[in-house]
Amino acid sequence: MSRSYDRALTVFSPDGHLFQVEYALEAVRRGTCAVGVRGSSCVVLGVEKKSTLQLQDPRTVRKVAMLDDHVCVAFAGLTADGRILIDKARVECQSHRLTVEDPVSIEYITKHIAGIQQKYTQSGGVRPFGISTLVVGFDPNDTIPRLYQTEPSGIYSAWKACAIGRASKTVREFLEKNYTEELSRDEAIKLTVKSLLEVVQTGAKNIEISVMERYGVISNLEQSEIEKIVATIESEKEAEAEKKRARIAATQAGQASMAMGSQAVSGTQTPSAGGAGGAGGEEGHATVPGEETGAQ
Amino acid sequence: MECSFGLTGKDYVLLCSDMSAGRSIIRMKSDENKIKTLGPHLAMAYGGEPGDTNNFAEYVERNMRLYHIRNHYPLLPEPASAWIRRTLAESIRSRHPYSVNLLLAGYDTTTTKPHLYWIDYLGTKAVVPYAAHGMGVYVSLSTMDKWWFNDMNKREGVEVLKKCVDEVKKRITINFNFNCILIDKDGIHHINIESEDPISEYEAAQPKDTVVEAPNPPLDVGVTA
Repeated sequence: MSRSYDRALTVFSPDGHLFQVEYALEAVRRGTCAVGVRGSSCVVLGVEKKSTLQLQDPRTVRKVAMLDDHVCVAFAGLTADGRILIDKARVECQSHRLTVEDPVSIEYITKHIAGIQQKYTQSGGVRPFGISTLVVGFDPNDTIPRLYQTEPSGIYSAWKACAIGRASKTVREFLEKNYTEELSRDEAIKLTVKSLLEVVQTGAKNIEISVMERYGVISNLEQSEIEKIVATIESEKEAEAEKKRARIAATQAGQASMAMGSQAVSGTQTPSAGGAGGAGGEEGHATVPGEETGAQ
Repeated sequence: MECSFGLTGKDYVLLCSDMSAGRSIIRMKSDENKIKTLGPHLAMAYGGEPGDTNNFAEYVERNMRLYHIRNHYPLLPEPASAWIRRTLAESIRSRHPYSVNLLLAGYDTTTTKPHLYWIDYLGTKAVVPYAAHGMGVYVSLSTMDKWWFNDMNKREGVEVLKKCVDEVKKRITINFNFNCILIDKDGIHHINIESEDPISEYEAAQPKDTVVEAPNPPLDVGVTA
């Protein structure tokens, strides 16, 4: 029994699972959402920011961190674990510069982070890191934006657009549907905000956006800028819904007139035509789901 | 065979170092930069055992940068000097000590005060208004004793530095090239000490021409509130 303290927590279950790693993934799934989107010449990181308590200093709550001049990281999961991993990565960035006199490449530092995470799934007396990370940036002397993801198991992979954390599946599906190649800066930012709005109900005040435009050039969007983007997205959505509503109302009116047409032609014509704008709209709205499922 | 000096003024600090590299009586290089930028408002002029010097300077540089990234603010001159001194003090008690002497110059942006530290390989640190290392000690200290006074403006400071350089050229048989920087509230600037009027020259030049490539200012990523 005295030797049990240094035994690895991560031992295989009979069916080949590493439960601790899977629990770590669960911790990630419960963390706040983070989204990364690669544009044609920039890369955008968006995170869901928990609203700080009334008396708390919001500047001390960070989910996005710089590793070096040109590498930025966002994470989802246990914040305390994130801090440790980020610190290790920062030391490696400077150590790399000291030994080879070059800044790290994004893949290198991602691999390093993933390597640390892997180590914690195979060592004694430790538990895995309960975080996934998104690593973004530009390689030295290069203009291609990079986006990598790492997981508690130590897996790392490159992405065009990726989401981690709470409801990441929904967001990833949204990105898969809406991502296009060669996004401009504004388009990439908009896509990021839009995808985050899928999970963040409270809107702009709980969203944080960082944009890296080229090597070493990174900026945070102001709250007002994010609000403006959210507003445009909302108005677009509203317009879309309005169009849909009008279309449904029209088909409904058509169907109603057809149904009524066989029974009494002259009587129903007037209310359906008159009600299409006002009361008919509301009526149409209430019956939308039924109508749609019925049609499909 | 080296020579470096520095002096503080009212709201700036000057640092000057020779540019020679070589062994014993042989000079192999006369354009070696022996002033290392450690931060937006911090630099050091170093000398000593070749090899040790570069190695130690780079080690310090990277640690200063790491501190900056970790804390979002660069280390101020005072704590930086303490860290460097301690590193050297630990080094000399180790199996492979660094043999590096240095002058650390910085501008404290929080108190708007210039700082100059004289540090040697034994782990000695002295806070000084003006200082020298190497060959220059024999001739430039007396020069600075005579001409330095409190709260000098930039022009007066550069004049004193020029006197030191002239003294070195006059009294010391070795021919040195000098490399000079000025640190003030705007950061680190190159000064051409050989020119007739370096301050006018530096003021006339576009700011970006004289500013030394320094690590980025504090990055406050992750803060939008």
